[in-house]
Amino acid sequence: MDWISPRRLKKLGMLNMNRRNVDYIARYNDRSSYPLVDNKLKTKLAVSEYGVKTPKLLQVVRQQHEISHFRDMAADLKGFAIKPAKGSGGKGITVITGRDGDDFVKASGARIPAAMLERHLTNILAGLYSLAGTPDVAIVENLVQSSPALARYSFQGVPDIRIVVFQGYPVMAMLRLATTASDGKANLHQGAVGVGLDIGSGKSLNAVQFNRPITLHPDTGLALENIGIDDWENMLEMAARCYEATGLGYMGVDLVVDANEGPLLLELNARPGLAIQMANGCGLLPRLNAIEDLKRPHFSPRERAQFAMESFARR
Amino acid sequence: MTVRSRVPFYVFVFLLIAAGIAVATWRHLELGIPWMTGEQRPVWMIEARVDFEGQGAPAEVSLHIPEQPPGFRILTEQAASPGYGFSILDSNAGRRAEWTKREVSGPQTLYFKAQFVPDEDTLQAPPGRIPRAQPVFWEEPQATAVRELLSQASERSSSPESMTRELIRLMQPDNRTQNTTLLVSDENYLQLLVRMLNHAGIAARTADALKLEDARRRQQLVPFLQIYNGERWLTFDPRTAEQGVPENLLLWRQGSESLLDVVGGDDSQVSFSMLRQTVPALQLATLESNANGLSVLGFYQLPIEEQSMFRMLLLLPIGALIVAFMRIVIGIRTSGTFMPVLIAVAFVQTTLVPGLIAFLSVVSIGLVLRGYLSSLNLLLVSRISALIILVIFITAGLSIIGYQMGFNTGMTVTFFPMVIIAWTIERMSILWEEEGAREVLVQGSGSLFVAICAYLAMSTPLAGHLTFNFPELHLVVLGLILLMGQYTGYKLSELKRFTPMKVYD
Repeated sequence: MDWISPRRLKKLGMLNMNRRNVDYIARYNDRSSYPLVDNKLKTKLAVSEYGVKTPKLLQVVRQQHEISHFRDMAADLKGFAIKPAKGSGGKGITVITGRDGDDFVKASGARIPAAMLERHLTNILAGLYSLAGTPDVAIVENLVQSSPALARYSFQGVPDIRIVVFQGYPVMAMLRLATTASDGKANLHQGAVGVGLDIGSGKSLNAVQFNRPITLHPDTGLALENIGIDDWENMLEMAARCYEATGLGYMGVDLVVDANEGPLLLELNARPGLAIQMANGCGLLPRLNAIEDLKRPHFSPRERAQFAMESFARR
Repeated sequence: MTVRSRVPFYVFVFLLIAAGIAVATWRHLELGIPWMTGEQRPVWMIEARVDFEGQGAPAEVSLHIPEQPPGFRILTEQAASPGYGFSILDSNAGRRAEWTKREVSGPQTLYFKAQFVPDEDTLQAPPGRIPRAQPVFWEEPQATAVRELLSQASERSSSPESMTRELIRLMQPDNRTQNTTLLVSDENYLQLLVRMLNHAGIAARTADALKLEDARRRQQLVPFLQIYNGERWLTFDPRTAEQGVPENLLLWRQGSESLLDVVGGDDSQVSFSMLRQTVPALQLATLESNANGLSVLGFYQLPIEEQSMFRMLLLLPIGALIVAFMRIVIGIRTSGTFMPVLIAVAFVQTTLVPGLIAFLSVVSIGLVLRGYLSSLNLLLVSRISALIILVIFITAGLSIIGYQMGFNTGMTVTFFPMVIIAWTIERMSILWEEEGAREVLVQGSGSLFVAICAYLAMSTPLAGHLTFNFPELHLVVLGLILLMGQYTGYKLSELKRFTPMKVYD
């Protein structure tokens, strides 16, 4: 068994689960703001007022009888994603990339009949994927066409960018690439690859899968060293803007880069995970402390993004 | 977003823990509730047997019984005497047991039993009114002899106590003089001492005591001498002049009152038998608590059925403490936060191995059936409901099969909380579909591990004893759980998880 001593972790400034919960989430995240991020539909509406774009909303299924409209609506759609509004950790998200006769084709290539999709919708409404098992609504969104520059690194699924935003300052970022192990999902604990991104430039740093450092994508075999994100400053500003929209002091912002529409907000997370530190190879605590120690916080999202790019860039 | 000072919190937690320990210690000292299980205390069971010959007339038997013997506490008292009316009379002169019957003839035997707990703290009650020395009239030539002896004794002494000791020594056969030989005859020795002391101005009386020896029968009371020193009665052995009451001496009668009065009977006599018993200290405390105001804080006065329910209920905080520790400090993942505690409670009733087998078989059969349910395209609520019914079928099936095969343990399946098991199966099944079998194994074995730890902690006799008899100790548990809620250090599992960070150091 291989262990790391608590002293070394402290030296690296690694944020741990208990500390994140007590010192950051409990202190900076107001409980009343939770429904805003735990419900994707509310998130969409809230951030749109602050000029943050999200994938186009195609349909909202609120009642069991509305499921019958789903088939009509989806009749001439090629690709879409069905999401439970209150789902967490990517649970219950089904991505349809095409059609095969009457059947739908999932991102993994598996074919599923329409009846099965309807059953999935039923499950979502009954609250199977919602956080507390409460009744939920299903949202159907336009399929994100990932920009080819990034899409080639990901095995199926859309690569997304997780940015941790603390008091409106983007403090750490990583690119999440789906793998076969993660079944096309971009969740690290399910086996997706996390690539740390330099806040200063948007260039890749290190990569991890299942908490182990890697250099090549396990499925595509591409080197993960020289990935760069275009339009990085705008993306940081977009993430910073979500702070005004929700008021959450400590959150994870998930962005995707659409080939046609540019950066889009996928979802917000009031309890962002800790694996981002391993992808970046450094701890969050020094950056969080630096922001807590600021005497005069910056007011505009752009100023905050620029401050972060200067302060937290890899040297 | 304000950072509140944590000092009041720590003070509060400290007060909680201190209060819990203080109340428990206080109750331990006051009520004698033992810290450990199985602690035993000696108790003397003494039986007084009264024999007499009935004369075919109404009979009334009155036996002196001890009121507050120094060094002992009375635990229980009872009389065995078929056909007799019985009562205990309290009067200024002392306590008496009274038997009455309309017509008595032939040999009769009456029993009075009492249990005495040795207790060094019990002191002799101070006398109600101050006793005075009775004036005694002596005839010559005894008067001269008495005067002579008393002046000898008083010359060599300084206080009533030493005077008594000297007098007893002078009266012993080996240093007898003419004066003593004149006075002493075998029967009147003790009475003589009492009269002489009274004559010297020291209030004196006789007392009867029992020498406590295990399993003795037909014992008689041994006479002792008591003098009043101005504050309380002191006891002397009239044969050795030894002062004080030895540990194994029970003063049955103090004062001049008669030991046994029988009206309507002949040939009456009383004899004693005794037995040293050991009683669990807890039982002793329970028996005595009824008389104590502190008993309000305990559960002993509740009906037995409620007591056993509380016994179970009060174990839950221990399980919660274990779960909190395992999740916050160790970092073990479990499916459902407190599912392990409920499983552990079920284990307490089924015992570990049968419980484990039953639980695993119910859950695995349930998972197989859940696989079929998921293909039926049911709504969540009805799927869970169906699962609950299936779980009940499974448990009933296992019980019946187990019983037919001769395992009574099969029946214990019914102790598992059905709804919790149904939800566990549902969660595991979804986990399986979404994250794969590995995650199911990790969380499942994590839950079982925590459940087994909680079970081991909850099933120790000491835990059951402390939680039930010292319910205030739960304040300590509460304090510890609150403290853990403020723990911001690394979990043990994170030291493993973050190991790859070594390369960046």
